[in-house]
Amino acid sequence: MASVVGIFSHSSVSVPVKDKKLLEVKLGELPSWILMRDFSPSGIFGAFQRGYYRYYNKYINVKKGSISGITMVLACYVLFSYSFSYKHLKHERLRKYH
Amino acid sequence: MNENLFASFIAPTILGLPAAVLIILFPPLLIPTSKYLINNRLITTQQWLIKLTSKQMMAMHNTKGRTWSLMLVSLIIFIATTNLLGLLPHSFTPTTQLSMNLAMAIPLWAGAVIMGFRSKIKNALAHFLPQGTPTPLIPMLVIIETTSLLIQPMALAVRLTANITAGHLLMHLIGSATLAMSTINLPSTLIIFTILILLTILEIAVALIQAYVFTLLVSLYLHDNT
Repeated sequence: MASVVGIFSHSSVSVPVKDKKLLEVKLGELPSWILMRDFSPSGIFGAFQRGYYRYYNKYINVKKGSISGITMVLACYVLFSYSFSYKHLKHERLRKYH
Repeated sequence: MNENLFASFIAPTILGLPAAVLIILFPPLLIPTSKYLINNRLITTQQWLIKLTSKQMMAMHNTKGRTWSLMLVSLIIFIATTNLLGLLPHSFTPTTQLSMNLAMAIPLWAGAVIMGFRSKIKNALAHFLPQGTPTPLIPMLVIIETTSLLIQPMALAVRLTANITAGHLLMHLIGSATLAMSTINLPSTLIIFTILILLTILEIAVALIQAYVFTLLVSLYLHDNT
């Protein structure tokens, strides 16, 4: 993930690069790189915003966006809800003794 | 089996915190906004649908009633997307919780009624007595009309809750019946599976219709009171 700050709603916005990218960080430097990230509420919100716009600009905001742009989101939603209800669902396995 | 049947209606929690808030906040992610005139396909489709429904819905109101158009259009979009998302497997539908539907119904109904009482008090009170009733019946009829007015928010909320909950329960039951019959008798499995498919189509319709009915009734209460 690129270490950018600021609103990133379209690709022509120029943003300052704060630090090295994740793939360029050496393995020994990984803990210090993680600690340097911005974990304040506005930082976390910025991360969600960047992630949202990254997905949006790649799959939905294109000239011939297909239905897969939105069905991927729905599939992730189904998996997310499944993980929530796993606690109740594990009692319904096909076993002789529960 | 009883505990499992209603387990999908429990509000999900993460370590005691309500995750239902996150699930309620999920539908707006599917409806992007745009500042351009010509957009991508998703936004164009959604804008076309919204224009269609809003024109249809707000046509019967006067100028004062149309100030509510943003509220009513966002209401119908929210209820429709929440109900449709609830048809996905394992998902949690917030509109099955009576608390949420009451929270939607009571302020809207109260707003419409209070607006009616503030502006045109004679017209608002005239609703309590239909025209041409025989004189001895008047006291009883006033009581009946008052009750029917006061029960409107409860009816709105309970109608939505009951319809969506009943549909989901039926799908659970028939789905588990299909699974159980699949080892016993194959032709009846196919019959039950056909019933399941028909029910799913019905549920999609119900999801949309309930949104429509809720919003339509709120707009009717608004029309009475403007």
